[in-house]
Amino acid sequence: MTETRVFFNFDVTADSHTLAAYRQRGGYQALEKVLKGMQPIDVENEVKASGLRGRGGAGFPTGMKWSFVNKQSPVIYLCCNADEGEPGTFKDRWIFENTSHQLIEGMIIASYALKVRHSFIYIRGEFDLPYRRLMEALKEAKEAGLVGEKILGTEFSCDIIVHQGGGAYVCGEESSLLTSIEGFKGYPKNKPPFPAVKGLYQKPTVINNVETLATIPWILANGGATYAAIGTEKCSGTKLFGVSGHVNRPGLFEKPMGYSYKKLIYEDCGGILGGKELKAVIPGGSSTPVLLPSEIETLTMDAEAVQAAGSMLGSGGVIVIAEGTCMVRLLQVLSRFYAHESCGQCTPCREGSAWMNDIITRISRGKGVKGDLERLECITKGIMGNTVCALGDAASMPVNGFLKKFRHEFEYFIEHGRSMYDGRLEI
Amino acid sequence: MSCLEEKFDQLRSVYPAEMNSSLVLPLLHLMLKEKGHLTESDAVFIAQYLDVPPMQVKEALTWYTMLYRQPVGKHVIKICRNIGCSLMGAERLIEYLERKLGIKEGETTADGRFTLLAVECLASCGTAPAMQIDDTYHEQLNESKIDQILKELS
Ligand SMILES: Cc1cc2nc3c(=O)[nH]c(=O)nc-3n(C[C@H](O)[C@H](O)[C@H](O)COP(=O)(O)O)c2cc1C
Ligand code: SF4
Ligand code: FES
Repeated sequence: MTETRVFFNFDVTADSHTLAAYRQRGGYQALEKVLKGMQPIDVENEVKASGLRGRGGAGFPTGMKWSFVNKQSPVIYLCCNADEGEPGTFKDRWIFENTSHQLIEGMIIASYALKVRHSFIYIRGEFDLPYRRLMEALKEAKEAGLVGEKILGTEFSCDIIVHQGGGAYVCGEESSLLTSIEGFKGYPKNKPPFPAVKGLYQKPTVINNVETLATIPWILANGGATYAAIGTEKCSGTKLFGVSGHVNRPGLFEKPMGYSYKKLIYEDCGGILGGKELKAVIPGGSSTPVLLPSEIETLTMDAEAVQAAGSMLGSGGVIVIAEGTCMVRLLQVLSRFYAHESCGQCTPCREGSAWMNDIITRISRGKGVKGDLERLECITKGIMGNTVCALGDAASMPVNGFLKKFRHEFEYFIEHGRSMYDGRLEI
Repeated sequence: MSCLEEKFDQLRSVYPAEMNSSLVLPLLHLMLKEKGHLTESDAVFIAQYLDVPPMQVKEALTWYTMLYRQPVGKHVIKICRNIGCSLMGAERLIEYLERKLGIKEGETTADGRFTLLAVECLASCGTAPAMQIDDTYHEQLNESKIDQILKELS
């Protein structure tokens, strides 16, 4: 199959992010086709047929998510999740910087399908260039009648409101994101009710990731079935994968689902830094359990395959770790992150993530004691499944994964009071 | 405050009227830009303007990390300490910055020029190590690049 590209189908130049350039590559034709010739339900069915699954981490089928919303409800909201904060993930930022119009077009099409009058983009507060590019694009789109009142001269009107975050990782969690837009500290909420039933200001709300929504124009332009034919049977289409860590050419790649991890690391990224051996791969963002080289030998990049290997495709952030890296100190970097980002609402996550960080930090300073590893495992058991949002699980999974795959390194550190690898993270 | 209120009004027109409460964070951001750091009385001011409970705004102010509650330097250096950057030498660069500026992470230089903060993933892991100074991202850092960047700052 020749390579189909939903994102990387143009050269990045000084003005490739503009409306004129986007139009030149076929932009806003899907919107025209939808608004002038399709019913909202046809759009939803096309998305269902595409098999598109959410790109924010959980991989929930997008068309199905849309179908949960009661379209008779007088007010329905759409929120684009652009809080991109999962360590190892840097794809949404690329979309904003290079093709914001693609997201805007996707959001207007989605809003038409969902009967949304006001939609939101919750964009990470630190993002500056992405924000400016988005605001420029929105201004262009409004002036061209592509956003706002009577879009393209039809009866359909929809605004896009851009809301900047305040620097909290947990606000990427969908219910926390809504609480944050409502003007409160971003505490996640218990589910059910799910946002599709009671979301923003208690109204039915769809939350989708940037990449998910930016894929919609391609699906409507080319047909759901065409999209479904790319990738694997259960995981269709292409996806943006960000590779970071110890590779020669890190960066962002668009690949069909089902692509090989090994090919990505050794061919696309030019192999491991300094010609070193591969030690481990975190396959889908920092919270996904770490895999050994033997486990990625034939592994493909689709949700089912990675799950069968005991991890998750997540947000597509592939973190590559070379031989010689100290896994104890690396886990400390992650445990510090989760302890810092726990919102503090529920006890197991608030206390547990802090305890785990204390213990792992102690071990990584050579002060670990016998029983520490069992204590860590006990804490993860206390957290998982017992919290309001999935951050608790996200904090626990790396701990379990590291202890399972690299237990000897932790035991060595506790016994000898020092790292097997001189505490190295950098290669 | 009248000039500020004009800006507040402008922002208010962006949101549907029934979403008054959504303005809490945008207004805090706006005020931070004007004042450099925020105090409890700023939160109360916003609460009064929006007619929402002062506690709601105070809670938001103390919860979001981008909302500084202490004076910060003329330039704020946020250097990433998370996994992708650590694998590419972030710890070494944080120490380098600490030595170069003569302060610890979290502190401000005596002349008030720089505040150094170690932050979590900036979504630049593919171009690690990364830092953000004020609004601007700087990526694929090394010691000499940092020297150059700091030298060019006024
Ligand atoms: C702690 C936490 C952080 C999250 N951060 C993000 C994020 O930054 N961006 C995102 O799209 N989804 C994030 N998610 C997933 C969202 O809750 C949600 O599943 C997603 O935005 C739905 O969009 P999708 O169906 O298009 O994937 C996060 C989830 C959790 C538990
Ligand atoms: S699991 Fe953690 S982050 Fe999520 S609501 Fe509970 S304390 Fe907050
Ligand atoms: S880990 Fe530093 S930018 Fe992602």
